[in-house]
Amino acid sequence: MDLQEFLRMGGYGGYVWSAYGLTLLVLLLNWRAALRHEAQEQLNARRRSSTD
Amino acid sequence: MWLWIHKFGSPPHAYRLLGKLAPWFGWSSVVLIAVAAYWGLVLAPRDYQQGDAFRILYVHAPTAWMSMFIYVAMAVAAGIGMIWRIKLAHAAAAACAPIGASFTFLALATGSIWGKPMWGTWWVWDARLTSELILLFLYLGYMALRSSFDDPQRADRASAVLALVGVINVPIIHYSVEWWTTLHQPASVTKFDKPSIALEMLYPLFLMIIGLQLYFGWAISRRLRGEILRRERNAKWLQEAA
Repeated sequence: MDLQEFLRMGGYGGYVWSAYGLTLLVLLLNWRAALRHEAQEQLNARRRSSTD
Repeated sequence: MWLWIHKFGSPPHAYRLLGKLAPWFGWSSVVLIAVAAYWGLVLAPRDYQQGDAFRILYVHAPTAWMSMFIYVAMAVAAGIGMIWRIKLAHAAAAACAPIGASFTFLALATGSIWGKPMWGTWWVWDARLTSELILLFLYLGYMALRSSFDDPQRADRASAVLALVGVINVPIIHYSVEWWTTLHQPASVTKFDKPSIALEMLYPLFLMIIGLQLYFGWAISRRLRGEILRRERNAKWLQEAA
């Protein structure tokens, strides 16, 4: 199977790739958001315990 | 047994356990999602009616399924928090909401992208699509309600009521394709009869669902750790943890 045909997806390439691309993007954004949320709360907790 | 529940329910123990589990969830989800995507895009045979457009199924159906699964998990956690007054359960419910909202968004968006070539329209106001959109608003409303309280305990109680009332929408989404006429196709996997989809098309679907479950496991671990830290003010173990 050649790459050109694979990317074309039988004429539905735009739809298929945008659906997969969007899914990947949202999963990655969520990944980063979860890490940031945890890091932010760790920072807040550290600040609180140092001011007590 | 009770000792075990008590131990697991204690914030420091849960915090450490989630920290140990998260990398396992994370890496296994990366592997499974990658394999499932390759299988769905390359190995699975082309559908004889929909051609290659059917491959959107492998991102659409699992994300839609996760959007409902996470909502039920959130409502159960909120209910446990209400009945037994367990802070950790409320924290878990709060951690579910943003993850569930993003899966709901994905289900709607990928469904829309699939609908355009197959139905000729991005959107119709039918029962399935509208009830899934309501699910998105329930998640967003839940998060907005939480953030409108400064006191976490009041936020817990108010948002738990919303989560529990909203759970009625989940069976409505599931049965909407049977109760009302709609463009959306009826269930082809989650029914008691034999699945009406070829097995070689089904394996990557299951793989993707398991992969997204593990992804959810990773995300909930990270967010729940954050929620635990936020709630545990002035606790001694915090100084060691953070």
